[in-house]
Amino acid sequence: MSIYTLCGGHIIDPQTDTDIIADIQIEEGVITKIGGKLSGGEVIDLKGKVIIPGLFDMHVHLREPGREDTETVFSGCQAAAAGGFTGVACMPNTQPAIDTASVVKFILDSAKNLPVDVHPIAAITTGRKGERLSEMGELLSSGAVGFSDDGSPLMNTDLMRRALEYASDFNAVIIQHSEDPYLFKGCMHEGIVSTKLGLPGIPSLCEELMVERDVRLVEYTGGRLHTAHVSSKGTVEIIRNAKRKGLNVTAEVTPHHLFLTDNSVMGYNSNFKMNPPLRTEEDRQALIEGFLDGAIDCIATDHAPHAFEDKETDFGSAPFGVIGLETALGLILNEFVLKNKMNWADMIDRMSVKPRAILNLPEMKIAEGERANLTIIDPEVEWEVNPAEFKSKSRNTPFTGMHLKGRAYGIFNKGQFVINT
Amino acid sequence: MSFDFYRRHLLGMEGMSKGEILHILETARSFREVIMRPIRIVPTLRGYSVVNMFFEPSTRTRVSFELAEKRLSCESVNFSSGGSSVSKGESLLDTVQTIEAMQVDAVVIRHSAQGAPHFLAERIRSSVINAGDGYHEHPTQALLDMFTLWDKIGGLSGLKVAIVGDIAHSRVALSDIHSLKTLGAEVMLCGPKSLMPFKVESLGVKITSNLEEALEFCDVVYMLRIQLERQAGERFPSIREYRQRYCLTMERIKKFKKDDFIVMHPGPMNRGVEISAEVADSRYSLILNQVTSGVAIRMAVIYLISGGKDRGKF
Repeated sequence: MSIYTLCGGHIIDPQTDTDIIADIQIEEGVITKIGGKLSGGEVIDLKGKVIIPGLFDMHVHLREPGREDTETVFSGCQAAAAGGFTGVACMPNTQPAIDTASVVKFILDSAKNLPVDVHPIAAITTGRKGERLSEMGELLSSGAVGFSDDGSPLMNTDLMRRALEYASDFNAVIIQHSEDPYLFKGCMHEGIVSTKLGLPGIPSLCEELMVERDVRLVEYTGGRLHTAHVSSKGTVEIIRNAKRKGLNVTAEVTPHHLFLTDNSVMGYNSNFKMNPPLRTEEDRQALIEGFLDGAIDCIATDHAPHAFEDKETDFGSAPFGVIGLETALGLILNEFVLKNKMNWADMIDRMSVKPRAILNLPEMKIAEGERANLTIIDPEVEWEVNPAEFKSKSRNTPFTGMHLKGRAYGIFNKGQFVINT
Repeated sequence: MSFDFYRRHLLGMEGMSKGEILHILETARSFREVIMRPIRIVPTLRGYSVVNMFFEPSTRTRVSFELAEKRLSCESVNFSSGGSSVSKGESLLDTVQTIEAMQVDAVVIRHSAQGAPHFLAERIRSSVINAGDGYHEHPTQALLDMFTLWDKIGGLSGLKVAIVGDIAHSRVALSDIHSLKTLGAEVMLCGPKSLMPFKVESLGVKITSNLEEALEFCDVVYMLRIQLERQAGERFPSIREYRQRYCLTMERIKKFKKDDFIVMHPGPMNRGVEISAEVADSRYSLILNQVTSGVAIRMAVIYLISGGKDRGKF
């Protein structure tokens, strides 16, 4: 029988109103005791560390099957663990797409013995082609947790309506990559910077029109919509208004949109190329405001690994996307939590509670009798982002060289301890 | 006035100071004297190697660079990639390694991708000269335009210049805007709204879609080439309608009775589309002066980039 005793950590869980320094005893992956002076089994000293419910990233690209040279389920989970995530939901834009039960099962099997929970998001439409609905019922019963054609928008308005309706039979969420493909002709935000660089732009409108349309569809059909990677001020306003009306609409924001603007593209570094693009300081401030006040439900990294040789080219030719699993927590701690702009409870809400709730996954609480699913944070450690040290197979981060305070010390999940060394 | 020039690369006109620009123009004036001599060649850059990499078709710019290099006694070679099945991206990465291996002193690059010269400059030891990158910049064109005007009328301060045409898809426009603004000229852009870059007024220029308004405003009109093969039907209805709205004709010029009016064009022209043949060949036109200036400017740029002063007087 495996027994662990975690000693002296600062336990924070708003779901159970816990905010104490105490020991945790775990037997066979289940929390058996929380209290003082516990001992037994393997004792791990966590003085000065913060223990919170395991973080969850609801938007990652694990690239398997199809581009195993850039990431696999295994390497992606290593990156997640290193970044403090105990669970991820992976997007279906693989080759083949996650649109049948057999691909869902393949991914679940690949992750079975790993310390990170992997939950596939299945395609809304077969092959992500936007033509025919995928077999949502069977996909859900085989383990998919939601639907998205991410990487591409679902443009066909009637099909989007039917997807929202059909998925609502299962209370499943439709995650939209919001983009009007007719307005999508550029490679960076359309603004003063794109004009100076001579690069074709993608207007904020490209995202906002699609979100606006989908919100109207939710209003009409009563389905559940989640807006992936919100990037513009206008979108935050649309989401805020939809929530005010009581509509079933949620949204996520990526760390890169919270921390960077289109000014970073000056110099044409393709590690600042992602879709949706980095927008202006005004947009960034609106995203921060929405993230702080809860208009935006959660953080998702949109971890998008790309091969070095694919990114190492001129800005226009490089693929969209950056990785984020190993930098997200450090960025949020450094800028928001440790500077008291956001309290621990809200941070846990945005990075652990909400993303699971959106995908109908069970809550992860720190309490006796619960599964031990924990993220352990070292709030004091100072470090520099160095892609060479990443567990991910890819290196395409926009945060190279950034100095941060606070990072994941380790995770505990599925009876396994992963400590970052 | 005397200015120093310490750049190792010429990537764009954005951010270049007035002093630097004037220094290049002064240097070009000396070189123009050289190319007016019976023997138009100086030994200044003997042993200095330059590779001209043209990833896009170009005749005049390439020939102008080649002549400039030959007249400076550079060793120069051409490397052009036409119709290769290799994707743009791969060839750019390969290009970097090839150049490194060839140990050349300078690279002149023309590429369809914005930022391609910047990509090279960050990765190789050679100097990089941008000979046009996509819709971004074409700095030597802007410098030769400035030289042509400066030579003709002296200072550019207060000069009113209208740039007419497809601004959104013009690397010449962006480089000229930066240069003209830096030298104190006033700039008005003229063209259909659908061919204007987003919020281009943020660069400190006026905008109009009316050619007559632009002609009334300006002392110099700079006509851009309209890409016949592109955009018609998507960004504007047709060449026919474009000609009706924007073709610079003698009638349109005469309406404003400006005797010392100046017409420029970066070439190659679509005679009868953006500019009438009559205007192109008229006394207003400085179009051939621009071509002559091109060689002198490119000599000056290569000389200065090479660290010219250390190599002795030409």
